[in-house]
Amino acid sequence: MSRRFAWRLVLLVAGLVGVAIVLVVGLGALPHFGAVEHGYGVRAVAASLSHRTANVVGSLTFDQRAFDTMGEELIMFAAATSAVMLLRRMRDEEEDEAGLGYGPEDVVGALRLTGTAFLPITLLVGCYVVAHGHLTPGGGFQGGVVLATGIHLAYLAGDYRVLERLRPSSLLDIAESGAVAGYLAVGLVGMGLTGSFLTNWIPLGTFGDLPSAGTVPVLNGLVGIEVGSAMVLLVARFLDQALLIREEGDDG
Amino acid sequence: MNGLILLVLLVGLVVLSTATAFTREPGRQALVFGGYGLVLGVTMLALQAPDVALSQITVGAAIVPLIVLLTVLKCNRVLEEHRRAREEHR
Amino acid sequence: MVDAVLAWLPYAVAGWVLLVGCIGIVISNNYVHAVVCLGLVQSATYLLLLAIGWEPHATAPVFGDVSTGVRVVDPVVQAMTLTDVVVGATVTALLLALTVQLAKQHGTIDPDEVRSLEQDQQEDQHEETEAAGQ
Repeated sequence: MSRRFAWRLVLLVAGLVGVAIVLVVGLGALPHFGAVEHGYGVRAVAASLSHRTANVVGSLTFDQRAFDTMGEELIMFAAATSAVMLLRRMRDEEEDEAGLGYGPEDVVGALRLTGTAFLPITLLVGCYVVAHGHLTPGGGFQGGVVLATGIHLAYLAGDYRVLERLRPSSLLDIAESGAVAGYLAVGLVGMGLTGSFLTNWIPLGTFGDLPSAGTVPVLNGLVGIEVGSAMVLLVARFLDQALLIREEGDDG
Repeated sequence: MNGLILLVLLVGLVVLSTATAFTREPGRQALVFGGYGLVLGVTMLALQAPDVALSQITVGAAIVPLIVLLTVLKCNRVLEEHRRAREEHR
Repeated sequence: MVDAVLAWLPYAVAGWVLLVGCIGIVISNNYVHAVVCLGLVQSATYLLLLAIGWEPHATAPVFGDVSTGVRVVDPVVQAMTLTDVVVGATVTALLLALTVQLAKQHGTIDPDEVRSLEQDQQEDQHEETEAAGQ
């Protein structure tokens, strides 16, 4: 083996042994699995119940640690926008229809039927997951991803053109940016009303009802729109690059 | 009984993660990674975290293998074109 | 016996996945393979966080169908991990977009073959002077 490879192997082993020692010492000092006292957790559950939110994780994400989630949402927005920009069609490339390879008549009948039947059901389930994020497991992040993957059933069941019609790119762009702005607006209204950014200013309602927990379902919905749009736009660019875009003058 | 389930899932995680790291070809690796993501999602359920499991299963078993496979498809095509151009140049 | 092993196994598995992911990144000869191994390293942290939050005989921290007096596992680590999973996937997508651009510009996605822009420029100039000299 070459000298460079040998050196790299030595460094790798040294690094791994070092990290392993640190992990064993650090994780070994933890109380054993299942014995940790969760002081923060107990207080978080109490705070969530006082704000009448049934899903404690949802309350933590969008009420007690909403600022943290805003940061994560902005990271996602920036990463998705950058990836979309990197994968745009360059000046010396063209779109080639022939790259699609197949159309609706080539898809197996059973797949077409199942895909077409499941598309509205999946979109409905996605909306359900987003809307009930403060009552049952779910929320904006999960529901957004379910919506984004659900829409691609149209691509499996038929044609790329059908998918393109179902995802109007400019509308999704506006929706994504509007949702991020909406999140900030909700926070600013909270600041205007009570003096702290992102307080829970909407009336809290009854525990377990759909319109309860104040701002949590509103923020859930906004994040759901943002995550769903970002994912659809992202996968759209990857699909375009892989299927359609060619260098100019190439026969494919 | 819950302990036994968790034990089996953790062993499955060890096997699948090692398989993912040592599968050289990225197209195949994406599918193994999808399997690992699925087992990780079920482990999260066993650890009483349904929200996180929902996230992990949708993202790790659907979105990430999809974009990795599309990237592999695109890169193979681009590299093929470059190779052809270099051979014509000679 | 199972309980004795389970007292430290989740942490050990998280550490193992982290190390295996690092090995995968270092021995990789393809940037797409390296990006997937990076995702593996990230998933090790999810496992570690959730393992820290677990409590025996406690249920999920969602009170939609259980009474509010029930013991639940730690919800704080779950809130942290939740957003991390989705955002991590978007960052992976960004890295893959960079890989596609790399393939287009340099014609290779092997980390060993990608050299600096400066070296490429020097080579181009060298070729030009050779061609002009002939």
